[in-house]
Amino acid sequence: MSNLLSLLVETADPRPEYLAKVLGVKQDEVERELAELRDSKTILGWMPILNPEKSASEEVRAVIEVKISPEREGGFDRMALRISRFEEVESCYLMSGGYDLLVFVTGKTLNEVAAFISERLATIEGVLSTATHFLLRPYKERKQMLVEDGLLEEKPPVSP
Amino acid sequence: MNPDQFVANHVKSLPRSGIRDFFAIVQEMPQAISLGIGEPDFITPWKIREASIFALEKGKTSYTDNRGLLSLRKEISKYVSSFFGPDYDPRSEILVTVGVSEAIDVALRAILNPGDKVLYHEPCYVSYAPSVSLAFGQGIPVGTSPQQSFSLNPEAFEEAWEPGCKILMLNFPTNPTGGTADRAKLERLARFAVEKDLIVISDEIYAELTYEGEHVSLAALPGMKERTILLHGFSKGFAMTGFRVGFACGPDWLIEAMMKIHQYCMMCAPILSQEAAIEALRNGTEDVLRMRDHYAKRRDFIVRRFNEMGLACHLPRGSFYAFPSVEAYGLNEVEFCHRLLREEEVAVVPGTAFGPHGRNHVRASFSTSYEKLVEASERIERFAESLASEKVDQTAV
Ligand SMILES: Cc1ncc(COP(=O)(O)O)c(C=O)c1O
Repeated sequence: MSNLLSLLVETADPRPEYLAKVLGVKQDEVERELAELRDSKTILGWMPILNPEKSASEEVRAVIEVKISPEREGGFDRMALRISRFEEVESCYLMSGGYDLLVFVTGKTLNEVAAFISERLATIEGVLSTATHFLLRPYKERKQMLVEDGLLEEKPPVSP
Repeated sequence: MNPDQFVANHVKSLPRSGIRDFFAIVQEMPQAISLGIGEPDFITPWKIREASIFALEKGKTSYTDNRGLLSLRKEISKYVSSFFGPDYDPRSEILVTVGVSEAIDVALRAILNPGDKVLYHEPCYVSYAPSVSLAFGQGIPVGTSPQQSFSLNPEAFEEAWEPGCKILMLNFPTNPTGGTADRAKLERLARFAVEKDLIVISDEIYAELTYEGEHVSLAALPGMKERTILLHGFSKGFAMTGFRVGFACGPDWLIEAMMKIHQYCMMCAPILSQEAAIEALRNGTEDVLRMRDHYAKRRDFIVRRFNEMGLACHLPRGSFYAFPSVEAYGLNEVEFCHRLLREEEVAVVPGTAFGPHGRNHVRASFSTSYEKLVEASERIERFAESLASEKVDQTAV
């Protein structure tokens, strides 16, 4: 990973002027590298890491284990891409183990997600079975704890 | 009742700590950004905390062997052998202490007769001089200089030596300067220690946080193991300051002497912390490397920024402290710190808190998030610019 990329992964502030300051390079250099990363599709997009309890997001999320039958040519790829293309699908991964695809789906209501699974996903030819789990409460998102850790304010502001 | 009469003379005469004075002021300003913190900003890695919780759940709430849990001493022996070099017998050559702080105290008390002399380099960790006084020893500080980036100068020790010297106390990487010592200089010091028949107390608490080259332990040099007390602990590298656990490795007769004091004043290090330390040594090295990488990047950032804004700053080769000079602005280090705090709400520590040789320097800890370092550096830069324009005004008059 380049210095810029590794900084991007750990910072909460992706503004080019900030990144330039930290890396000690000119801002237009950072902007150029960012453009290259976007052009090469290394950076696919930006998404804040939200705390659902604070962002008033009413979204419903489900994780679905999907079994599919592999195809003579292309294995799981065609089916996986076919499933991935749905708007409702947030992420989709090929897995080892008891099922083939792990699919994360979001929707506004439980009904909406349930309908998507039973009417669209499960009925695709080649989908052998689905097992759906609804997410109840998040504790950690993308390495960020959603509950405060530690008693930092009690740390002395100056110590030897 | 006259309180003065009841406080022991050698305690009364201990100077107030510069850090504590400054701490009192910073505490009044909770919104200030503090680069004054001498501990990791990382919380102890979860697997280590979890080991302590597990031990608590299992009811491990007793005393341990005075020397520490044997399983911990075995892990220490393995770790020290692979990281520092020398082999120590877990049964007789290792003492688990309540931080390196206790180990320093116990080592000095075990060795010094009243009036015996201790050579140490300065600026240095705040407890060295008081610990020597409290053990009725006499400290001989040997200055390191900004011209040499505060790196060690063995000749200066040779010159400072006088009859009655019993201990050579060293700390690499150094708090507050970030200095390390290369093998050649350490070898020369080792020869000096042998020639003058000195015991070496080598505080290597920042060993894992070495950024340039490899850490060389004094105890690993020829002829040194038999006269060296190697001090190390979990506070810095493993981010475990609050656990209060460290250790001393040395010849059995010295460890035995230290143990005699330790058993009466401390009994043993807290068992829950010892359990955590076992996990740290078994499974924590990845975490140490991860934190070290973060410190290294932040170091590069803050040192570059200091130099850009005219605060000459050498590259600290270890620890998590930058030690820039504030000389260019015509303020001494204490005025600089006080005004920076009042005018821009950034706390750095006056270099003289670490001894007179720290004059005209301040210690800025980069054990702080990038966000805070960036903001702090902008504020310090603004402050430096305002000082520079004051200076221009003065010369114009
Ligand atoms: C050089 C040095 N030695 C010893 C210590 C004390 O560490 P511990 O937490 O192990 O007592 C510190 C802590 O700041 C230090 O900087």
